[in-house]
Amino acid sequence: MSTAVFKPSKSQLADQPDGASNYLNAGFSAKSWLLTVDHKRIAILYLISITLFFFLGGLFAVLIRLELLTPQGDLMQAETYNKMFTMHGIVMIFFFLIPSIPAVLGNFLIPLMIGAKDLAFPRINLLSWYIYSVGGLFTFAAIVFGGVDTGWTFYTPYSSTYSNSNVILVAVGVFITGFSSILTGLNFIVTIHKMRAPGMTWFRLPLFVWAHYATSIIQVLGTPVVTAAIMLIGLERLFGFGIFDPKLGGDPLLFQHLFWFYSHPAVYIMILPGMGVISEVITCFAKKKVFGYSFIAFSSIAIAVLGFLVWGHHMFTSGQSVYTSLVFSILTFLVAVPSAIKVFNWTATLYKGAVSYDAPMLYALGFIGLFTIGGLTGIFLGTLAVDVHVHDTYFVVAHFHYIMVGGAIMAYMAGLHFWWPKITGRLYPEGWARFSALVIFIGFHLTFFPQFIVGYLGMPRRYHVYPEEFQILNVLSTAGATILGVGYLIPLIYFTWSLKSGPKASANPWGAKGLEWEKASSPPSQYNFEKTPVVTEEAYDYEPTIWLK
Amino acid sequence: MNKGFQLFPEQASTLAAQVDYLYFFLIAVSLFFSVLIFFLIYVFAVRYRRKSEQEVPEQIPGLLKLEILWSVIPFLLCMVVFVWGATLYFDTYSPPKDALEYYVVGKQWMWHIQHPTGQREINELHVPTGQPIKLTMATEDVIHSFYIPAFRVKRDVVPGRYTSMWFEATKPGEYHLFCAEYCGTKHSQMRGRVVVMEPADYQNWLSGGVANEPLEVIGEKKFRQLACHTCHVDKPDARGPSLVGVFGEPVRLQNGQTVTVDETYIRESILNPNAKIAAGYRPVMPTFKGQIDEVGLLQITAYIKSLTKE
Repeated sequence: MSTAVFKPSKSQLADQPDGASNYLNAGFSAKSWLLTVDHKRIAILYLISITLFFFLGGLFAVLIRLELLTPQGDLMQAETYNKMFTMHGIVMIFFFLIPSIPAVLGNFLIPLMIGAKDLAFPRINLLSWYIYSVGGLFTFAAIVFGGVDTGWTFYTPYSSTYSNSNVILVAVGVFITGFSSILTGLNFIVTIHKMRAPGMTWFRLPLFVWAHYATSIIQVLGTPVVTAAIMLIGLERLFGFGIFDPKLGGDPLLFQHLFWFYSHPAVYIMILPGMGVISEVITCFAKKKVFGYSFIAFSSIAIAVLGFLVWGHHMFTSGQSVYTSLVFSILTFLVAVPSAIKVFNWTATLYKGAVSYDAPMLYALGFIGLFTIGGLTGIFLGTLAVDVHVHDTYFVVAHFHYIMVGGAIMAYMAGLHFWWPKITGRLYPEGWARFSALVIFIGFHLTFFPQFIVGYLGMPRRYHVYPEEFQILNVLSTAGATILGVGYLIPLIYFTWSLKSGPKASANPWGAKGLEWEKASSPPSQYNFEKTPVVTEEAYDYEPTIWLK
Repeated sequence: MNKGFQLFPEQASTLAAQVDYLYFFLIAVSLFFSVLIFFLIYVFAVRYRRKSEQEVPEQIPGLLKLEILWSVIPFLLCMVVFVWGATLYFDTYSPPKDALEYYVVGKQWMWHIQHPTGQREINELHVPTGQPIKLTMATEDVIHSFYIPAFRVKRDVVPGRYTSMWFEATKPGEYHLFCAEYCGTKHSQMRGRVVVMEPADYQNWLSGGVANEPLEVIGEKKFRQLACHTCHVDKPDARGPSLVGVFGEPVRLQNGQTVTVDETYIRESILNPNAKIAAGYRPVMPTFKGQIDEVGLLQITAYIKSLTKE
């Protein structure tokens, strides 16, 4: 495919005049969007869907934090509270974080970055959005019909036998959505293997593409396992198959093994694409070739592979054998090393750069700081004796929010700002963007740092009411969440505003390297490139190289 | 229980200080790396600020020596932490031989605790200082987790099996007892207190409590009530194997394998007798599933443990 000649309908130049044809004005009917097979339009469909789910999940978070303002349960019943944190987790993880960067930015950018006309299977790409939407509808229906209270982890036998909520509806929703994730991963793998433009060798690929390649491997190999586990819960709940409930002859820990076999690698599905975004943004705003290209590329693969071998670290207190725990602990430490390599290489990329501080860069630097803290506290949790104390406390909650919110969402925001001119052809207001980046950074720390402290004090997670001595730290957390919420609303407003009223963007407003900036217009034409680009240089080739001795 | 504002939990067991030392070491390592990264980012950000739009800096593709340096140092540090944490973890879950054995049964949403001397408590646990205490735990329904932050110990209680943990309290006082594994609607109310007392006070408390029979005596009654003694008698021609002196000893099975008689094997033999039959006996024992609850199982287990050869 990489040698195929594209036949665009009109001649398109990188800096096109007003009114030139692009993917956005190629059709305006609902049908032209809902039945599109253009990867860029499908990315927009995903962008709208996941934004809806993000604010829905955020609403649950607000209600959780409001309830926790006081030690007593005064805003809602315990049952309602349990549904709130369950729905917050399910919506944010399965319907926002997992699809976020891959399905929006990856979908839009991978063909552009490798010089292809589209993904390898454009119709399957559209199908995965429909599958995602059907899964989302089931989950939304479960919320409307009263919600679910098992926690996003669906631990058995509570979920399979004891819970009286809509477990089946949500299970079906998550089950269906899994296929969307598998198909997206499959599409990316084939595209990256078969659709690269002439001269785009593996080691000339942008690191964003490497990160998505690693992510796709996890999606294809891991998702079927959680899909099967969730199906087994359904079978036990509906037909009494004895798989997890010991009263029926099952084993409750079997579920934990199956669940975490996917759900730990799923953490890397959420963070690896973010790491790809950061590599792009840091190099562009430092005007530098990335430091240690192959180390960053292979650390993504190492994380994807090792990530499959650490699931048992969620079960150190579960009663699994101490020797099993030992093996999972040492493997967990091993996976820390490639993450450390990335952080050091990004930092080194700034050395002797020409650094500017536009909003994407502020988010990227924020990412490095927050991911560093999130990663280091992961070491605490991998340490067996310390994990026994902090497992299932707010320490864990703080840790994974540093990775998910501080890492994945900061990276998503960095990427959204960075490629917004490319995606929409419009510039966002830079001043507001920097301001909201700062608000998010401050709000984030105030929300989640106190949770490390209250976690080590011993406050368990998923507590509707709690001992009064934990109140001050919880109040700080709620105050932070309020600021964080405002920080997320500001971009929603100015991004929407910029669609109509933002200044028009040139093809390459940041002076960045990469086919999507140098060879495609903003917004790109329907078939991306006028003719298949030929790649002759390495990624991030800002200037002739000086080799250090 | 300290009701005031705290930043650090109390240390009330032999393990607590040891876990905290490791925790402080981790904090020191984390601070070092965070400060290093933040400092470098800050310095580079200021020092190499872009001066003009046209500025293009010299390009540095990487340096192998540095890559090795920042892979090997974190790796070695990780291995130190791993060994330290693992050693302590083994201690956490390996009770000493002289530990007093208490029994815990979790159910939605309360903790039922039995002392070896027979006292029963709900959501409260009274223990003496200076005495290792082992908890053998079961649950009637879903997974729970027994967690005492001041002792830095926690263990899940999993249906269908026994789990255990141990601690030795050092400081008299009242401490939180939490259920740490989400277990349904009133999960956050499944908590109570641990009361640590000087040994003398503990003895007073024991004698002041309701006069209870020791656990093995209650167990023996249940043993007779369920007519276990009709087969399990200490005679060579009995229908079931003798239970005297078997606890903690290996027993040969019909299929040639050997198992050690522990809580789990006794539990399984009562609920699912045909799973592992002792060599030389026929599979004639009926299941007692449904006739006995987790508390009863623990009482019978205590009775069997007390049957030692003179």
